Amino acid sequence: MTTAPEGFEPVTTATGISASAWLLIALPLAGAIILLLGGRRLDKVGHWLGCATVVVAFVIGVMTFMQVHGLADDARVMDSTLYSWIPVGSLQVDFGLRIDPLSLTFVLLITGVGSLIHIYSIGYMSHDPDRRKFFAYLNLFVAAMLLLVLGNSFVTLYFGWEGVGLASYLLIGWYTDRPSAATAAKKAFIMNRVGDVGLSLAIFLMFKEMGTTSFTGVFDRIGDLAQTSPGSVTTIALLLLLGACGKSGQFPLQAWLPDAMEGPTPVSALIHAATMVTAGVYLIARSSPIFDLTADGRLVVAIIGALTLLIGCVAGCAKDDIKKVLAYSTVSQIGYMFLAVGLGAGVYALGIMHLLAHGFFKAGLFLGAGSIMHAMNDDVDMRRFGGLARRMPITFVTMACGYLAIIGFPFFSGWFTKDPIIEAAFAAGGTKGALLGGAALLGAGLTAFYMTRLMIMTFFGDARWKELKSTDGRDYHPHEASSVMTIPMIVLAVGSVGAGWFLSSHERLAEWLTPSVGTFVEPDPAIGKTVITIATLVLMVLGVLVAYLAVGRRPVPVRAPEHVNPVIRFARADVGGNALNETLIARPGTWLGRTLVFTDVKGVDGAVNGIAATLGGLSGRWRRWQNGFVRSYALSMLAGTLVLTLALVLVRFA
Amino acid sequence: MTPTHYLVLSALLFGIGAVGVLVRRNAIVVFMCVELMLNAVNLSLVTFSRMHGNLDGVIMAFFVMVVAAAEVVVGLAIIMSIFRSRRSSSVDDANLLKF
Repeated sequence: MTTAPEGFEPVTTATGISASAWLLIALPLAGAIILLLGGRRLDKVGHWLGCATVVVAFVIGVMTFMQVHGLADDARVMDSTLYSWIPVGSLQVDFGLRIDPLSLTFVLLITGVGSLIHIYSIGYMSHDPDRRKFFAYLNLFVAAMLLLVLGNSFVTLYFGWEGVGLASYLLIGWYTDRPSAATAAKKAFIMNRVGDVGLSLAIFLMFKEMGTTSFTGVFDRIGDLAQTSPGSVTTIALLLLLGACGKSGQFPLQAWLPDAMEGPTPVSALIHAATMVTAGVYLIARSSPIFDLTADGRLVVAIIGALTLLIGCVAGCAKDDIKKVLAYSTVSQIGYMFLAVGLGAGVYALGIMHLLAHGFFKAGLFLGAGSIMHAMNDDVDMRRFGGLARRMPITFVTMACGYLAIIGFPFFSGWFTKDPIIEAAFAAGGTKGALLGGAALLGAGLTAFYMTRLMIMTFFGDARWKELKSTDGRDYHPHEASSVMTIPMIVLAVGSVGAGWFLSSHERLAEWLTPSVGTFVEPDPAIGKTVITIATLVLMVLGVLVAYLAVGRRPVPVRAPEHVNPVIRFARADVGGNALNETLIARPGTWLGRTLVFTDVKGVDGAVNGIAATLGGLSGRWRRWQNGFVRSYALSMLAGTLVLTLALVLVRFA
Repeated sequence: MTPTHYLVLSALLFGIGAVGVLVRRNAIVVFMCVELMLNAVNLSLVTFSRMHGNLDGVIMAFFVMVVAAAEVVVGLAIIMSIFRSRRSSSVDDANLLKF
């Protein structure tokens, strides 16, 4: 067994269909390679091939799930070592897969939602001449994301982590003729690198302190490390958190996610709502043995989550771009998940549960937004929409399901998954619990406000588009999308309605996840669950009412009012996210760069070139001495001899 | 006659030779001046040998003579070939090898 040098036996060697888990990654990867290398001759079948690999991966995922579900609780964590990947001295990294409830949950989410979005993309991208390449990138993304969640060491996870970053970059910058898309892609890539530095430093530190990077090894030795040096554990946890913040668009690295909406809408739905951006939550849940040992680390996670959920909500309230509202809503919902996993032992499952429910309703909402854009000449400004409910009934109904789910309307998904997080936040107790819980509660109200605003501005009120032309001068002819697009939306809408209830009833998900993240402990807030539920509902109704009063009862101006109060201006300016980056990082960075360039050009180059120029100039003069007259040479020699003799005499007799 | 007189004579001869090398243009004369300097040195070597009462200086003088003879052979040959090609024996005319 190749893990022997580290001194750990694999948890349980995977058998049966689990041993073929590598197929999950290999299939989409093969799809990506074939589509990229196949060239134009695959243009006709490329999208079907792209869908097929993901659907087959989903089927394999379900079969693996069935097998693992049939096993006893303690046998559900399995490793499948494929080959020795990096055998360098004491660093032994195997390329292995971890098949356990947590990774399988993600596999089902990624391949399930991924399949639906692949199918939707057939319709959405039908007019794009590069549709084959689009599916190749999507397949590449699915392969990398599956590697991320299936890897059984932090290095394997990092490999997938970078892979999804690449796919995200390629897809955000999909519309290569738009400079804004190129900028957004670069921004996403660079801000993700900031987080990745944290993740890689965490891995280096693990290797330094514990000599291993495999999940088994690290989680086995982290207990001893916590005894000898608790500071290291907290450092590792915080560095992991930095990585998670980068990937998941959490404060202070949240500014790239709204800009990432430059990509095609299926990309926003799959990568920037349902799967990739939740990788941070996965990372923290996966590293639960590390976070369990550091209360400070957990507190920072929870604070970041609470802060980000408010930032996302506030910014979402002021945006007019339908995709940006949804993007900020994603930021804030992931904030809820961070808050949940930050509350620590016992409630990790709540974060994962909200993540799954969010995967359904947010993907559904994005696909709905894509359908609207498809109908409205790719316009995203909600101020130009209005009254679309009658024109696009299926889109309206599916988005309404997602809307009711996200605001936490009773008996929809969000109600089952977001309320427990708010309760768990209050259950943390003391000032901490009150602050975190208060933030989560306030967030619920704001979510209701901005989502209602989105729905009213899009689907109700006057049909403002009738008097307008789109930016390319065409009239708007809103129409329902084809069935290849509506069917995935309907499936996701069903998920938005039912997933929360399905996952939370009888603590189904929490029990299933026990082998991976520990036993679920029902949070027990001091002020009582009923009070919190009522408070959440009251805030939600308030949010809906305020939104109705703001945009439902009065006509919506087509141009955004320019004279607004400072709060709205602040929210429109991304709650200072970009300004913060600009002031704290970008400007000092530019200055540092300029100083370095100046030092290099004037200082280093100046010294080197100066010495050379001086020597060159001197030699140019000096060589005139070699005038070719033998007698002048003789005079020099005589003079030299005389000087030497004089010097000798002086030294001797002075 | 003290050895000092020989040394003074030697210095005078050396000085005459050195000045001759520096001021004369004719290669043959320069050459003869070099010989004069060598022989001035020979004289002082022999004198020192006498003063110190050993034969080191005398032997050194012989060496100088041998080397001078060889040098004359090569030097005159060079002067001859330069004269053949340039029709001049002035050292200032042979100044092509310079910066």
